[in-house]
Amino acid sequence: MKKTTHALITSTALTTALLAGASQAVTLNIPCSTGAGFASCEKNAQDWAQSRGHSVNIVTVPFSSSEKLALYQQILGSKSADLDVLDVDVVWPGILGAHLADLDPYTQDAEKEHFESVIANNHYNGKLVAMPQYTDAPVLYYRKDLLEKYNQPVPKTWEQMTATATLIQKAEREDGHDRMWGYVFQAKAYEGLTCDALEWINSFGGGSIIDADGQITVNNPKSAAALDLAGSWVGNITPQGVLNYDEEGARRVFQGGDSVFMRNWPYAWALGNGEGSAVKDKIGITPLPMGPDGKHSATLGGWQMAVSKYSENLDVAADFVLYVTGKDAQRNGAIVDGRLPTIAALYEDPDVLAANPHFANMREVLENSVARPSSVTGEKYNQVSNEFWNAAHRVLSGKANGADSLSQLESKLERIRGRRW
Amino acid sequence: MDTSSIGAQGTKTAAKAPALPRLDASAGRAKAEQSGLSRQRIRTAWLFLTPMMIGLAFVAGWPLLRTIYLGFTDATLSNIDSYSFVGFENYLVYDNGHWYGLLADSLWWKSVWNTLYITLFSVSIETVLGVLVALILHAKFPGRGLVRAAILIPWAIPTVVSAKMWGWMLHDQFGVINDLFMTLHIISEPIAWTVNPDTVLGTIVAVDVWKTTPFMALLTLAALQMLPKDCYEAARVDGIHPIRVFFKVTLPLIKPALVVAVVFRLLDALRIFDLVYILTSNSEDTIVMSVYARQALIDFQQIGYGSAASTLLFLMVFGLTLLYIFATRLKLDGSGDH
Repeated sequence: MKKTTHALITSTALTTALLAGASQAVTLNIPCSTGAGFASCEKNAQDWAQSRGHSVNIVTVPFSSSEKLALYQQILGSKSADLDVLDVDVVWPGILGAHLADLDPYTQDAEKEHFESVIANNHYNGKLVAMPQYTDAPVLYYRKDLLEKYNQPVPKTWEQMTATATLIQKAEREDGHDRMWGYVFQAKAYEGLTCDALEWINSFGGGSIIDADGQITVNNPKSAAALDLAGSWVGNITPQGVLNYDEEGARRVFQGGDSVFMRNWPYAWALGNGEGSAVKDKIGITPLPMGPDGKHSATLGGWQMAVSKYSENLDVAADFVLYVTGKDAQRNGAIVDGRLPTIAALYEDPDVLAANPHFANMREVLENSVARPSSVTGEKYNQVSNEFWNAAHRVLSGKANGADSLSQLESKLERIRGRRW
Repeated sequence: MDTSSIGAQGTKTAAKAPALPRLDASAGRAKAEQSGLSRQRIRTAWLFLTPMMIGLAFVAGWPLLRTIYLGFTDATLSNIDSYSFVGFENYLVYDNGHWYGLLADSLWWKSVWNTLYITLFSVSIETVLGVLVALILHAKFPGRGLVRAAILIPWAIPTVVSAKMWGWMLHDQFGVINDLFMTLHIISEPIAWTVNPDTVLGTIVAVDVWKTTPFMALLTLAALQMLPKDCYEAARVDGIHPIRVFFKVTLPLIKPALVVAVVFRLLDALRIFDLVYILTSNSEDTIVMSVYARQALIDFQQIGYGSAASTLLFLMVFGLTLLYIFATRLKLDGSGDH
């Protein structure tokens, strides 16, 4: 059986190669991040290779987006063809755009199927430099069983969430579960904390750090109140170790059954309900809580695929990018990995909805999403984000209160801006 | 000063003699014959030295000079081919009512302070522990060879691996360290060792000490094995207390080796990077000079500014090492005590 499949694949590959005419089989260097998505990244690449008669060389890259960006900057800065394609975070087109190939000649209008805002974000100096693979907006995960046990509603505001988490944590600990916590999120000093903290201040009505005109707006009482609330969680309903947790760090605690709530991206859904999870079938998903003025907020995330300008096989690499960002691949990603498609039609696909019943609500989450100020700050975004996550980290670790930390942040951002962004 | 070092240096000088001719030694001998021989020796010396000097110039000299040069430019990673000379602007510049540049950045000074703190405590503690371990391993006991090999393991594990390993052991929820301390009732609730501002620098020092004590022990042990037996026999005959023997005999005798070991560790500790980068959250609390330079160079794409930071780092390591060598009167040229 296996042999026949093999032969079939080989012959298909050969036919495709022959049909493709003069084009030679090439090997593409494809990055796949460690962690939860590695298996499907590798499978996608192999599927493409088999259907096109090319081959792929999987390069393992870091899970942490900050570290991945550092790696890509070095590879691209040296004009190396070590990677033919790159996975690009939603905030990177401004930073990496100069090194990415224009995909316009290859897409044949495929970009028209995707959400307009995402495609707009993927332009750099008027060129389409990346195609969206999936979009992302964080959600609040909660323990259905625990809320039922203590007869608590799904929290709508941060205040309710704090109260419910405190109550259940206390009761569970008295019950003998002494490692129980109320809420875990991402607070390591890295890009993930920028996402978390932006949601707090935005849902409190504190804006989005820097507005569209480049004005630094972050130093306001509403933002300070949001950070102070978050600071009050640490040590009470949140373990202090959260200051060193990334997405996976938080997921481990929640999935191990040691937290009532978790802020995370939708990818954790499939894993939390997978084999070996202590909370299988016990979790629910809801939009992140609202601030005092009734505003939901979720930082817009998502990953794109781009072609390195220094690739020696631009057209083959572009074909790969279109394959893995296409409808079939996105449909698969939604079903297997719980990823949010960027193609609107897939939100009505019955198989996708069966695997992810919460996708029906994701429209609302996406509509309330807030973008990080990456377009307006361009190449300086990373410095801005670094100062912002450090400001949040200072409050969470109890070294400063919200107001002091934000006024310090404002003067640092002014220094980074100089005369203009 | 002491027999062992004279002995050791005597051999060194003898070994070096053909390569390093001593012109002053020629006095009082037949001049023509000597200068011919001397010229030949100098030629041979250069012949042997040249390949290494060319090698060093390529792998150490050129990158160093280029880093120093780039530190005076505004080069960025996104466009590395075009940059202009900006003088000392990366170090210090007054613009629009504010001071800018490395020397005006409080974060840089924080990273300098953190580095010095970690270096001072780590090197001091591991020197003391290293000597203790070496003294134990110097004693004769069954299975000594095995123990000597085993104690080197922390030094043999790559720092990245051991930092990750310690990261898990120190984890606030699942870590074995918290579990152990809780069971022993040393602490009442788990501590987030790697992020708590009160414990994080101490944690870095502790892991660094764990990793580098074997190195100190190894170098000290090598020195101990070279010591002459007669001093100890004399001390035993005189009935001197072992602790007094250690401070009056052993320590002065191993001091030259110890000083060299400390120089190595000093150089290493001032450049500390991987342990801090992997183990901690990388917030401003724990930033060290190498992390600061990397952040500017890679994360912020500022090749110019980052090179300036690297240059300052180099100057600090260089200066502190010189200071230490001067203070301990360490003779690096091996010419012995005159």
